[in-house]
Amino acid sequence: MKKFQCIVCGWVYDEALGAPQEGIAAGTRWEDVPDSWACPDCGVGKADFEMVQIV
Amino acid sequence: MSPLIIIGSGLAGFTLAREWRKLDPATPLHIFTCDDGEFYSKPMLSNAIAGGKSAAQLATKTATQMAQELNAEISAHTEISAIHPDRHSIGVNGQEIAYSRLVLAQGADPIRLPLRGNGADAVLSVNNLDDYTHFRAALEGKKRVAVLGGGLIGCEFANDLLAGGFSVDVIDPGTRPLSTLLPAEASLKLQEALGKQGVSWHFGVKADAVEHSGNALQLKLSDGSTLDADVVLSAIGLRSRTALAAAAGITINRGIVVDNQLKTSAPDIYAIGDCAEAQGKVLLFVMPLMQQARTLAKVLAGTEAELSYPAMPVVIKTPAYPITVCPPPIGSEGSWKVESTPQGVRALFLDGADRLHGFALTEQTTSEKNNLVLQLEKA
Repeated sequence: MKKFQCIVCGWVYDEALGAPQEGIAAGTRWEDVPDSWACPDCGVGKADFEMVQIV
Repeated sequence: MSPLIIIGSGLAGFTLAREWRKLDPATPLHIFTCDDGEFYSKPMLSNAIAGGKSAAQLATKTATQMAQELNAEISAHTEISAIHPDRHSIGVNGQEIAYSRLVLAQGADPIRLPLRGNGADAVLSVNNLDDYTHFRAALEGKKRVAVLGGGLIGCEFANDLLAGGFSVDVIDPGTRPLSTLLPAEASLKLQEALGKQGVSWHFGVKADAVEHSGNALQLKLSDGSTLDADVVLSAIGLRSRTALAAAAGITINRGIVVDNQLKTSAPDIYAIGDCAEAQGKVLLFVMPLMQQARTLAKVLAGTEAELSYPAMPVVIKTPAYPITVCPPPIGSEGSWKVESTPQGVRALFLDGADRLHGFALTEQTTSEKNNLVLQLEKA
């Protein structure tokens, strides 16, 4: 499971946790998150997220 | 052909460049900035101390990488001396550089209190990555931080500094934190939660003077009391940078006035972000900036587009007491209906017909955000 971070506001998408409040189940891989999805904090598109290395 | 020129390399300038490049990969683009031209996430500046992040870690891309990614020329550390709307040019280092179209994305300056005392110049503000570098250096080996202002940025910094092991005093002339955004009940809970973790609040007073006192600083407050601190951070608000536009005869009010295509009063000159006043409002948040950037990118690419804001909730980065707020538009008729539940505060701003115009949620009730956004969009 990987984590991805919004480059604009810093919000983190953790595949293990998903984003249940946004309708994305825990365990959803980033590539399966729809392209129309936007950062819940700042509204940037999926294309503007970047992978964050898990420490 | 003269390039599209963007003045400013903050989130507004770079986001616009990125969105525009999706639609127009080829037209020349030249970005001028008084900063380094690095890309960084500004909202992260107020929650990076606790994580021990250096400015270099926050700068996710260098100016060179940005120039390559955006197919742009970037002139860093460059001040613009004038805009000449009649000649479609700007003044840079004694030269005139022509633009086809010009975008002002200059941001805003921290408002500074007129402080007396020989330590007034030592008061810091954090509004860009360089400021953050100075702030972090000033904190090195220090313990006590006084924050001027209990608004959004003041509270976020207070929380971050606490988590970073500093002792924090917050000074605000009002009566409670986040008073312009939240109903009183939610403010007081935030005050209590940060207070429990160690923030000392000083409401109803302001700082009048800052004096050097040994290796530290001493603040003189308006009630005659004094307060010792190693570092003083001013976070009392921002004012749009409008001087360059005003000198060029472009219409300004609180910000540079733009229409729903982000056009200023001068032909082929646009403004976006913290320096711009769209729909009568200067909105200093990321979400409105994204809407503006997407609209303006389309306008510049020759597509019809009109700025319209969806409901734009703001997530306040105070982990000690999580808050999501969607303030009612200024002048909305109605009142707050506040419920304090074991899960947190749920405050709804309702009009006479019980229609929702805004909300504030805290702790676990923040999970209701999306439902309320849908209700707002219906209303």
